[in-house]
Amino acid sequence: MTMLTYAQALNAALREEMQADTRVFLMGEDIGHHGGIFRVTQGLIDIFGAARVRDTPISEAGFVGMGIGAALAGMRPVVELLFMDFALVAADQIVNQAAKLRYMAGGTVSVPLVIRAQQGGGRGNGAQHSQSFESWFAQVPGLITLAPATPADAKGLLKSAIRAGNPVVFVEHKLLYNTKGEVPDGEYLTPIGKAEVKRIGRDVTIVSYSRTLLSALEAAELLAQNGIEAEVIDLRTIEPLDMVTILESIKSTARLLVVHESHANCGLGAEIIARVYEQLPNALVAPARRLGAKHVPIPVAEALEHSVLPQTADIVAAVEAMFD
Amino acid sequence: MPLSPDRLPDAYRQMLVIRKFEEAIRSLYQQGKIRGSFHPCVGQEATAVGGCWAVRTDDYLTCTYRGHGQALAKGLSVRAAMAEMLGKATGCSKGKGGSMHFTDPSVGLLGANAIVAGGLPHAAGAALAAQLEKSDRVALAFFGEGAVNQGVFFETLNLAAIWKLPVIFICENNRYSEMTPSHATTATVETYKRGGSFGIPASIVDGNDVEAMYQAVEAAVSRARDGGGPSYLEAATYRLWGHMMGDPEIYRTKEEVARAREVEPIVRLSRRLKQLGHSEDDLARLESEAATIIADAQQFAEDSPVPDPADALTDVFA
Repeated sequence: MTMLTYAQALNAALREEMQADTRVFLMGEDIGHHGGIFRVTQGLIDIFGAARVRDTPISEAGFVGMGIGAALAGMRPVVELLFMDFALVAADQIVNQAAKLRYMAGGTVSVPLVIRAQQGGGRGNGAQHSQSFESWFAQVPGLITLAPATPADAKGLLKSAIRAGNPVVFVEHKLLYNTKGEVPDGEYLTPIGKAEVKRIGRDVTIVSYSRTLLSALEAAELLAQNGIEAEVIDLRTIEPLDMVTILESIKSTARLLVVHESHANCGLGAEIIARVYEQLPNALVAPARRLGAKHVPIPVAEALEHSVLPQTADIVAAVEAMFD
Repeated sequence: MPLSPDRLPDAYRQMLVIRKFEEAIRSLYQQGKIRGSFHPCVGQEATAVGGCWAVRTDDYLTCTYRGHGQALAKGLSVRAAMAEMLGKATGCSKGKGGSMHFTDPSVGLLGANAIVAGGLPHAAGAALAAQLEKSDRVALAFFGEGAVNQGVFFETLNLAAIWKLPVIFICENNRYSEMTPSHATTATVETYKRGGSFGIPASIVDGNDVEAMYQAVEAAVSRARDGGGPSYLEAATYRLWGHMMGDPEIYRTKEEVARAREVEPIVRLSRRLKQLGHSEDDLARLESEAATIIADAQQFAEDSPVPDPADALTDVFA
């Protein structure tokens, strides 16, 4: 095991996959000598050269689309969007093109493309630099959506994404890059479509992923002080959703809270809860709850942003209310 | 390098296959045998044949929903194309893509696109793949002049220019963006001037002259194969039919269309062949061969099975 930051773990994944497969190359803004705004691609241009670590103009639709074209022609491009918010500038290429080309071609082509981007709030970056879109992406057939929370999963899932042979939206979070964690030495892959129980507990199941997973784990420790043992599930993969792990957990806890930073309205939490009621209608002894961003754009001032995004205290309060 | 006169009879037959394909589709559409949209390329057969014959089978091609001609000229099976139109399991996309999404990677056809400029970056990306792999493959991106007002058009031309990608952007200017004359929608109606503004070779060519079209594309392809980067060609042509089935065509006069019919590409090529000494009988034989190809494809498509409904759930992921 080696202690790495989330950014270092992603860097290692890119380096290993580029070493193993010459078809893998990178495109994005400021990813070359600058090393990316969060340093994820730092040093890669020195190893692999400017042909495989390509600085792009601020043309998200153009270079995402070119990633699709290169993927159609057999390459394994990894494109980086500076902020997930800019995915909307490339929305046609992601949703109408990458996700659908294989289907529209009757399976005769494939689009082995990874789109990486950081999202989320917590830094006061405002409404066009703080959004979380994984619930949207999960609505698009043809996209795999991943959102790892730990350095180990970030590395293992990015390597899996590059090898997936399909379009992958790889969701990072701007507050995770400097978080540290043990990363296994040597080659390993984290499987796509598999959630992981990050904390075992008997009283309530908290499902989360990405940055809010850390809040959920923090909340679980606070709840334990009051005698509530929370089981915390890290989805890791948003789509395809691992319902098996969730259902197994609530069979013993009988309580469910889903926490995410994307807006609660029509979000992933609603989907998970709906599936729980469809698949195990009598499993819960208290109504399932979801926490997500309130239904406003993400504001800048810290007091305002905290009020909009789910905080650790909100998780604690939501769980405690289930035991009233 | 010009298109050899020896190949002109074959080009004539190919253009007639495209024309008759569209005519057959119209008939099948009117019989209610085809669902969805159909955007005919009648009148634009020379751009397709001249352009696609200037590249190899392993070169890449993207086009739009008005790209039946390019797909067939690049080598897409007429049977598979016709079956796709009829929504049959034997179609090139097994009935999942239809008229607007003809795809066949075995002939370099990466896909026709329903977003007018959506395929441009795909062609450029395939060209980037060729450049990275150090192959001499090139990519052709066909689009209409309606595409030059979408943002990704500019983004792709810029990227292709700065990276010197082996891609040829071919704008078929058929004078109408859907149901509106292009001069009413486009500040620079001579679209090649936009291409040239990126510092790449850009010119206009008579898109109704298959030989001129071939020669212009071939020159751009040679330049691209030699590392000379992208080119932009505007092919001046004319859409003889409406934007789609049911277009009342209130934006133009019957006289305008009648004048265009006198200089449409198949009429032009028939005159050229006669000048070269081919007889009326020769031309009739080529037309009959084209008709046989279409009749065979139509029979094949009509006889083919419809898809198994369960197949709707396959082909999402590799």
